[in-house]
Amino acid sequence: MAHDLLTLAFQRPAIDWHGIAPELVLLSMGALITLVDILFLEKARPYTAGLAGLGLLATAVPLLTLAVDGADRVMFSGAYVIDDFSLIMKAVFLLAGYVVVLLSTNYVAEGDYWENEYYGLLLASVMGMVMMASARDLVSIFVALELLSIPAYLLVAWRKRDLHSTEAGLKYYLMGVFASAVMLYGMSLLYGVTGSTLLSEVGAGVAAAGTSTAVVTMGIVFVVVGFAFKVSAVPFHTWAPDVYEGAPTPITAFLSVASKAAGFVALLALVFVGFYSRSEVWEPLIWVLAALSMTVGNLIALRQTNVVRLMAYSGVAQTGFMIAPLAVAGHGLANGDQALSATVTYLVIYTAMNLGAFAVIISLARRTGSADVTSFAGAFHFAPGLTIAMTVFLFSLAGIPPLGGWFAKFEVFRVLATAGEPWGYVLAAVGAVNSVIALYYYAALARRMWADDPLHGDRNPVPMTPSLASALVLCGVVTLAFGVAPQLVARFTDVSLLALGG
Amino acid sequence: MLLNQFLLLSAVLFAIGVYGVLARRNGVLVLMSIELILNAVNLNLVAFGAFRETVGGEVFALFVIAVAAAEVGVGLAMVLLLYRNRRSIDLTQIDQLRG
Repeated sequence: MAHDLLTLAFQRPAIDWHGIAPELVLLSMGALITLVDILFLEKARPYTAGLAGLGLLATAVPLLTLAVDGADRVMFSGAYVIDDFSLIMKAVFLLAGYVVVLLSTNYVAEGDYWENEYYGLLLASVMGMVMMASARDLVSIFVALELLSIPAYLLVAWRKRDLHSTEAGLKYYLMGVFASAVMLYGMSLLYGVTGSTLLSEVGAGVAAAGTSTAVVTMGIVFVVVGFAFKVSAVPFHTWAPDVYEGAPTPITAFLSVASKAAGFVALLALVFVGFYSRSEVWEPLIWVLAALSMTVGNLIALRQTNVVRLMAYSGVAQTGFMIAPLAVAGHGLANGDQALSATVTYLVIYTAMNLGAFAVIISLARRTGSADVTSFAGAFHFAPGLTIAMTVFLFSLAGIPPLGGWFAKFEVFRVLATAGEPWGYVLAAVGAVNSVIALYYYAALARRMWADDPLHGDRNPVPMTPSLASALVLCGVVTLAFGVAPQLVARFTDVSLLALGG
Repeated sequence: MLLNQFLLLSAVLFAIGVYGVLARRNGVLVLMSIELILNAVNLNLVAFGAFRETVGGEVFALFVIAVAAAEVGVGLAMVLLLYRNRRSIDLTQIDQLRG
């Protein structure tokens, strides 16, 4: 076989330069930051945050031209695809990355951390996510997953001399690497039974009669479990609260939104393109993950006293809602597409509202240096604007109209209820009960901020910075706009993976 | 060619690796156990690739090897960082974050 390979002339694959322009821009900006760091060292520090933000915005330009062009592009014999689904997710990753840069600007500069490398790694991680949105091949999914994870491990442990940060980094690293190793084992089995790493061919091979059911089941379960770690679904969520608490808070925001969304993107591509015909395997698995995530996440969130940990468990519960439509996605094409749209809609809206909540947490924690719930008590007396913003984001997370989170939850319930399947109704009921539990702790935090007295009667105002303020305004406007006019988001999230067949 | 023998060896390696990750307390040994799992994957991929006579598996294995090297580089840096901060790489002792 090796001999045959050597005698083949090398043929350069046809590359669609317009199609990979976003990745190229992002890559060159990341390289530029590294170069500026090497050339100017400390003198470059004040400029790298701006450079990183600029890089993310510049990446959005080719993304827009691709969206205007509108044609689906297929590269590398189907391993890399640009379609509506990948474009909307790329836009989410870029915007999330941009907001995280805004959140980091002062946090990193004031904390005396390494700054140039921080933004370089952040861009590398966003690059992995942008690649993940297009990956339709086991190899490219794996490479994108590692490209987004490895910089994230480093960023979590960024506060080098802080034991909490080191502990968080090591836990995240060990859990993440273990999960990706298990996922790889599943992928190797799927490659073995289908003879291809291309998702569309894996899909065809898995569907074919005579394919070993036991091996396929094992492969699918391992891969789904691997990504369940990434999106922090119960019972694979144990790393999330510790990592969120120990990491620098802007990185926590990044993980809770962008990294989770990247895990979902891969999971959606795998389930809809690769495993769709084996719904009897992944539907029950995802049903259990969804029900457990919602219930366990919410119940543990009830007794948290640290707001970052509270957001971690709330994020686990939100994962349950995002994954829930997939539990009934295997019943025909129309139903599958609706489930896909519901999950993507939820991801888009969740990104805006969760980043907004973290922007408030970072602003308020700047004052006392702690994210303990006592730092938030009576915030209305010293930071009325932040309190109003936090209330908006919390109620949006709880799903109260007319805020964005309402539409996200509505879509999920609609898919569950119209699937015409008993298990769908049961999951919808579990979700409804959990919405009420979630409202309790979101509202309890909001009540403390409005009604309680400030800690030690300290009423000094919170020092705001332009970058934090713009992050807040951006997230707030998006959260409100999507709630008042849901057609704005629905227009972009009406995507399909099934009609294309990959 | 007997595919079974390779798959069996790979499954055994995978099981030993998982056991090591769950049971070992020493950071470096956990990293080595993760390497065992990744090598089980490589063995699987190469065996399937040879069996199916497509190069996809071998190419995938090369990617896994390259990425695993980067991963372990980061992992060793983390363990070193832990050692500098705590003078110990016993993983059961890192339990400051909980609740």
